[in-house]
Amino acid sequence: MNELMLGNKAAARGLYEAGCSFVSSYPGTPSTEITEEIAKFTEVYAEWAPNEKVAVESAFGASFAGKRSFAGMKHVGLNVAADPVFTISYTGVNAGMVICVADDPGMHSSQNEQDSRHYAIAAKIPMLEPSDSQEAYDFAKLAYEISEEYDTPVFLKMCTRVAHSQSIVHTGERVCPEQVPYEKQPQKYIMMPGNALKRHPIVEERTRLLTEYAETSPVNRIDEGADRSMGIISSSTSYQYVKEAVGEKYPVLKLGMINPLPVKKIKDFAASVEKVVIVEELDGVIETHCRAMGLDVTGKEVFTCLGEFSQNIVAKGLGQAPFEGIKLEEELPGRPPALCAGCPHRGVFYLLKKMKLNVLADIGCYTLGAVPPLSAIDYTICMGASVSGTHGFVKADPEQAKKTVAVIGDSTFMHSGITGLVNIAYNESNATVIILDNSITGMTGHQQNPCTGFNLKGDPCTKIDLESLCRAAGINRVRVTDPYDLEETEKAIKEELAAEEPSVIIARRPCALLKYVKHPGPIKNDPDKCVGCKACMKAGCPALVMKDGKAMIDNTMCVGCRICAQLCKFGALGAED
Amino acid sequence: MDTKNIMIVGVGGQGTLLASKLLGNMLLKAGYDVKVSEVHGMSQRGGSVVTYVRYGDKVYSPVVDRGGADLILSFEALEAARWLEYLKEDGTIITNTQQIDPMPVIAGLAEYPEDLIGKIRAKGVKVDAFDCLSLAEEAGTSKAVNLVLLGRLSNYFDFGEEEWIKAIEEGVPAKFVEMNKKAFKLGREYK
Repeated sequence: MNELMLGNKAAARGLYEAGCSFVSSYPGTPSTEITEEIAKFTEVYAEWAPNEKVAVESAFGASFAGKRSFAGMKHVGLNVAADPVFTISYTGVNAGMVICVADDPGMHSSQNEQDSRHYAIAAKIPMLEPSDSQEAYDFAKLAYEISEEYDTPVFLKMCTRVAHSQSIVHTGERVCPEQVPYEKQPQKYIMMPGNALKRHPIVEERTRLLTEYAETSPVNRIDEGADRSMGIISSSTSYQYVKEAVGEKYPVLKLGMINPLPVKKIKDFAASVEKVVIVEELDGVIETHCRAMGLDVTGKEVFTCLGEFSQNIVAKGLGQAPFEGIKLEEELPGRPPALCAGCPHRGVFYLLKKMKLNVLADIGCYTLGAVPPLSAIDYTICMGASVSGTHGFVKADPEQAKKTVAVIGDSTFMHSGITGLVNIAYNESNATVIILDNSITGMTGHQQNPCTGFNLKGDPCTKIDLESLCRAAGINRVRVTDPYDLEETEKAIKEELAAEEPSVIIARRPCALLKYVKHPGPIKNDPDKCVGCKACMKAGCPALVMKDGKAMIDNTMCVGCRICAQLCKFGALGAED
Repeated sequence: MDTKNIMIVGVGGQGTLLASKLLGNMLLKAGYDVKVSEVHGMSQRGGSVVTYVRYGDKVYSPVVDRGGADLILSFEALEAARWLEYLKEDGTIITNTQQIDPMPVIAGLAEYPEDLIGKIRAKGVKVDAFDCLSLAEEAGTSKAVNLVLLGRLSNYFDFGEEEWIKAIEEGVPAKFVEMNKKAFKLGREYK
């Protein structure tokens, strides 16, 4: 069947057809939909793990038991999962195992633009890199074949434009292989030094065999071109931009397997053209490989390691001059993302700004607390760094403890905030942690997590009690506040900052976008009472605008959270009947 | 045929993804090679969003680049101006005249520019501008701006009205079909 399919959905379809039976992932843009889509197949067990390390280890456990398994994550998630990844490269697999990592060049929704291809090289794990949805589907299936034939986990490397573009896919039927019998093989799977020493040369030999595969496999192919004054080597979405820019003019070596890279195939290609140009997003991985082979190539000196490419960028790099459009002369105001109308995080950030606190924040929607007019955040590094960073901050400078908070979401707290909290309790810093509990994983589009009481399939399940968890971690002062109530929340923050021991404040309100959350609807707006003081505008709510000097509620957006009503001293907003 | 390039631009939350999904499926059924590229995640939170739809005999790149769009379908006036440079020299902008203040304007850090549509026209660009919000409200909900615009866009294609209606019936939840069909027709028939 032919279908217009998101790259992530196509990857999910390929995994499904290959007989994948176990999926464990942590959501992260642009990888999330792979797991959401495969979860729709009843034959596949699929779950959200609390973090990527747990996901990879769980998927490995399933492979160890003899079933084809999968773990999906974004590029920064692979940093979290790196520990097991480097060692399961040594053990190899029982049934096939595929790990998808999705990079985000251009940082549409990420804190850095690391190039995950380095992980494949460093961990000595083969990596397939699709360039459209059809290849995402094909390569997902191929990945299991390679995994079992070469006894290795296999990376499927996506990027934003492959993951979040739809193109046509020809699909097939699911063929589920027999479960591989589980046999105890201590020398293969117990990675203590004596055994691991014996596994390492096996990994090196595997890479040699995989390089031979890369030389001849159709996954690395040449698109012929008549003009041999230049040959282009490319992969992933860059290949599509190259074809868009040059069509059939120059020969193109299209690499579908990015680790290990072929040697002879590249040398022969280079010998058949006058000049070799390498077009790859982010780092010069193919380029470095070519230079190590002694080839003189053009790469990063023309094609930047910054951001995403496009057909115009590639065309210009190849000496063409595409039409670049017309612009208005005036500077247009930007439209950065902002916290949604009714977002339960808004009140907390309003207060943190007002109280002039140091705010060490984390990864999630609430990073938008950094955007004016809230401008409430001092740092955002990675999942969990708010809690552990605050510990270091107030330990190093105890005076700051009275005016510093960590801010972290419920899902992020379960991901890697809890270990930081254990450190706060164990090593006794006077830190204050605010858990913004909106009872869902918000930024990536509403995934369930251990605090929500539902699993990935939507079934009710064990709900982790945050209050008990924090107390069990050694925090005596744990309290819950409603972030829609500014007075109560401000009191909680003041008291916990003043306390001479660490504390956790759980600001609990569900995400305003959740379909099952009922809202009272737009509040009353009385412009006659508005004096134009703009006190309400400090909340930075998109449902509130100034028109002719008066605050006006946008009834299409306002959900009735009443944050602005609490800021208005003149009764212009939210008068009760 | 050469690849045709359409961009759907707007503000996160306006329903741009549904418009591109319906259009993409129509083009697939018509036998074209199709690519649709969208953005998920953070920028969806009220930020400037863009979806690219490309179709033809063989499509490579999933995105439209500066100077490449045959048509830009804009859900908001400032976004029409922002993405203008992606238009071809002889391209057309179809835009909602609605103004949605971005956060820098709400925060008092910037002014919403005046008469953006007039300024775009002054550049010699073909602009098809109309108030989609009131038509959407007439159809029953302010959220149907996307179907009003899709209705307008349908006039630029050779597909029959029945084909569009069928795509809507297949592409939106049953309880919203009638309202969406009404919004589509209001946009398609608007003079």
